[in-house]
Amino acid sequence: MDELIADLPQYVQAIWDTLYIVVISLVASGVVGLVLGVALATTRSGGLLANRAVYTVLNVVVNIVRPIPFIIFVTAIDPLTILVVGTTIGPTAGAFALSVAAAFAVSRIVEQSLVGVEPGVLEAARAAGAGPLRIIATVLIPEGLGPLVLGYTFLFVGIVDMTAQVGAIGGGGLGDFAITYGAQRYNWPIVYLTVATIIVLVQVGQFAGNALARRALRR
Amino acid sequence: MSALVRIQEVSKRYGDAVALDGVTLDVEEGTVQGVIGYSGAGKSTLVRLINGLERPTSGRVFVGEHEISALPERRLRELRGGIGMIFQQFNLFRSRTVAGNVAYPLTVAGVPREERDRRVARLLDFVGLLDRAHHHPEQLSGGQKQRVGIARALARDPRLLLADEATSALDPETTADVLALLDRVNRELGLTIVLITHEMEAIRSIADRVAVMEGGRVIENGDLYDVFATPTTPAAARFVRTVLHDRPSPDTVARLRASHPGRLITVRVPDRKGFTAELSRAFAAHGIAEQLVFGGISEIAERPVGALTYALEGQEAAVRDLLEALRRTDVDVVEED
Repeated sequence: MDELIADLPQYVQAIWDTLYIVVISLVASGVVGLVLGVALATTRSGGLLANRAVYTVLNVVVNIVRPIPFIIFVTAIDPLTILVVGTTIGPTAGAFALSVAAAFAVSRIVEQSLVGVEPGVLEAARAAGAGPLRIIATVLIPEGLGPLVLGYTFLFVGIVDMTAQVGAIGGGGLGDFAITYGAQRYNWPIVYLTVATIIVLVQVGQFAGNALARRALRR
Repeated sequence: MSALVRIQEVSKRYGDAVALDGVTLDVEEGTVQGVIGYSGAGKSTLVRLINGLERPTSGRVFVGEHEISALPERRLRELRGGIGMIFQQFNLFRSRTVAGNVAYPLTVAGVPREERDRRVARLLDFVGLLDRAHHHPEQLSGGQKQRVGIARALARDPRLLLADEATSALDPETTADVLALLDRVNRELGLTIVLITHEMEAIRSIADRVAVMEGGRVIENGDLYDVFATPTTPAAARFVRTVLHDRPSPDTVARLRASHPGRLITVRVPDRKGFTAELSRAFAAHGIAEQLVFGGISEIAERPVGALTYALEGQEAAVRDLLEALRRTDVDVVEED
């Protein structure tokens, strides 16, 4: 118990680090993944901006990156991380690496959500005289918002999971805390406390996401 | 009267599949042009050529003075605003309210907010849904959804409305309501309507002319009455029979033959005053006893149309003379065998 109290500052810091990494990665990979996903969904054949060459390139690139185990991918882009952040240690470096990796996953989530949008609705927008970019912004994304929000919620949970891995290779956060202060010192209460914290974090995120999705779907 | 839509020798292929094969069709301004055919006949492709959602592989499409088939996409977008379109599945934006749906084409056109709100209110009033302005589409019935679709299609005061199977997802009563609304759109607002459907009843209710499509071609095109009264192709005759049940089927003929020993003839009822009296006199003059065994007379385009089947009893020669006499006076007679 004494040890637990002694480690409290580190624990609080770890929570903040995790939240910091999660928020930065969620926003950054969310935006980049949205752009990539929209590009995938609209350039495929029959899409608003159907373009076989662009689609093939994007598709292949995403397919190459996605199956690489996350922890290896993060290590592999270390030179890029140093170029952008200046270091590979710490939450900012972790958030950057995570954002890059997650963006590719997000692009698939976005693509799936948007491909599910009724083509007839897009045709109605075309018939009303709207151009492709306007249709993407005012019809495609709003119509796919329900599944998109659920997808982003799924992503949030995935990112929390990934922060633990980033933590293990120098990113800080709850994963790092659980291993350094818990597992490596055979201090199991610390491990369980961390697990409980992560569960709470995930639950809160999932509930919030579900509530938002319900609003978007009006169900 | 001049043609608002001119479709000239248009073909459309998707790879090896031929959707349209040399279609020529003019749609007069202010009329309702019906286009009927089974699924896969090319109707939906045809209607999408008119507002440039699809481009022909060959041939030309004109709307007013604009050659739709030759314009770049950017110019087409401006013109599409002047052409309304409604769909089988309504295709309303679920992410927007009823008012938001109707406002969409106006937003695209950059109409200022106040003006937009005014027009949306007027349009919703026209289709009878002003009290639903702030509802979402999923709170509406199918018929109401299509009325929203119509209001949205009318948002930019188009001269032309394209209706792609607009009533095919609706029950018969709602279909009648929506057709009545389209009729008002044509009569009160003076819009030209191209009505694509596989339901002859819809054509019968509001079309002025009807084109019959089969295998990517227009195989018959004429005034509503003419096509109903004297279809010239088997496909057109089949569609007419889905609405008019005035000619006996082969089974019915067999049953009639079993109970009536004499000749069975079917006479087409023309738009001619006193026709049935004329017939009675002809039967009597040839010493033939007739019995009306099948048929009916209905109204198409406010004119009578129908067929009557008689069992005749009399001398063989007298019957032959009668048939000759009838044909001489342009009566359309068929001997049922």
